[in-house]
Amino acid sequence: MPYDPILVQPMREELTSIGVQELRTGADVDEFMQGKTGTTMIVINSVCGCAAGQARPGVRLALQSDVKPDRVATVFAGQDVEATATLRGYFSQLPPSSPSLALFKDGQVVHFVPRHAIEGRDALSVANDLVAAFNKYCAKSTA
Amino acid sequence: MGTFHHDRGELHGITVVVDTTGPEVYVGRCDTLDEGAIVLLDADVHIAGVEGSSKEEYVRQVARFGHWKKHERIVIETGKIASVRRLGQVPLQ
Repeated sequence: MPYDPILVQPMREELTSIGVQELRTGADVDEFMQGKTGTTMIVINSVCGCAAGQARPGVRLALQSDVKPDRVATVFAGQDVEATATLRGYFSQLPPSSPSLALFKDGQVVHFVPRHAIEGRDALSVANDLVAAFNKYCAKSTA
Repeated sequence: MGTFHHDRGELHGITVVVDTTGPEVYVGRCDTLDEGAIVLLDADVHIAGVEGSSKEEYVRQVARFGHWKKHERIVIETGKIASVRRLGQVPLQ
């Protein structure tokens, strides 16, 4: 059963306030994902305090990096059920996990951070790993 | 910000690997752990030999990508447990 929207709203705004696009429906997800090139990060948000409580500030810190994905969006697992299910169809080879972070390049998942890789870590540690992935997959060629 | 349950033990809500003295190894989100048993939610169980890979191979796989939920809730009695560790602390190599 979804949590009270009033309780969840600040958890949404922790990401949307820094420009992360929120995808609330399956149609939103398809429009955002289909036919896009470049790099995209999706944050699968969650109410879980053990992991999401560090994932969101970790994302905020990581997005201050000079090198970052071209586009960043979020769905809220357990709240926006249709949007989350639609998104998971884009990397159905991986087990569902929330919160989690998926980095796409030209439509393919190139880096995935499942919930268990966030649990027990602090935001800076999560951010540092994300920045390393950004540097690996999102850096623009200067050649 | 999020939901916390500090009264449920330090592993509550954490994804753990429960190795047993038998061929089974379990992965799931720890609900409770006490002197009698550990309760896992959204869990998977792998039986070494029966399902192709060893316990170690299975654990390395789920450490990298996560696990597929096959059971809502599993109770493992303490007497069968060899070790409990956080999945996030399993080396990926």
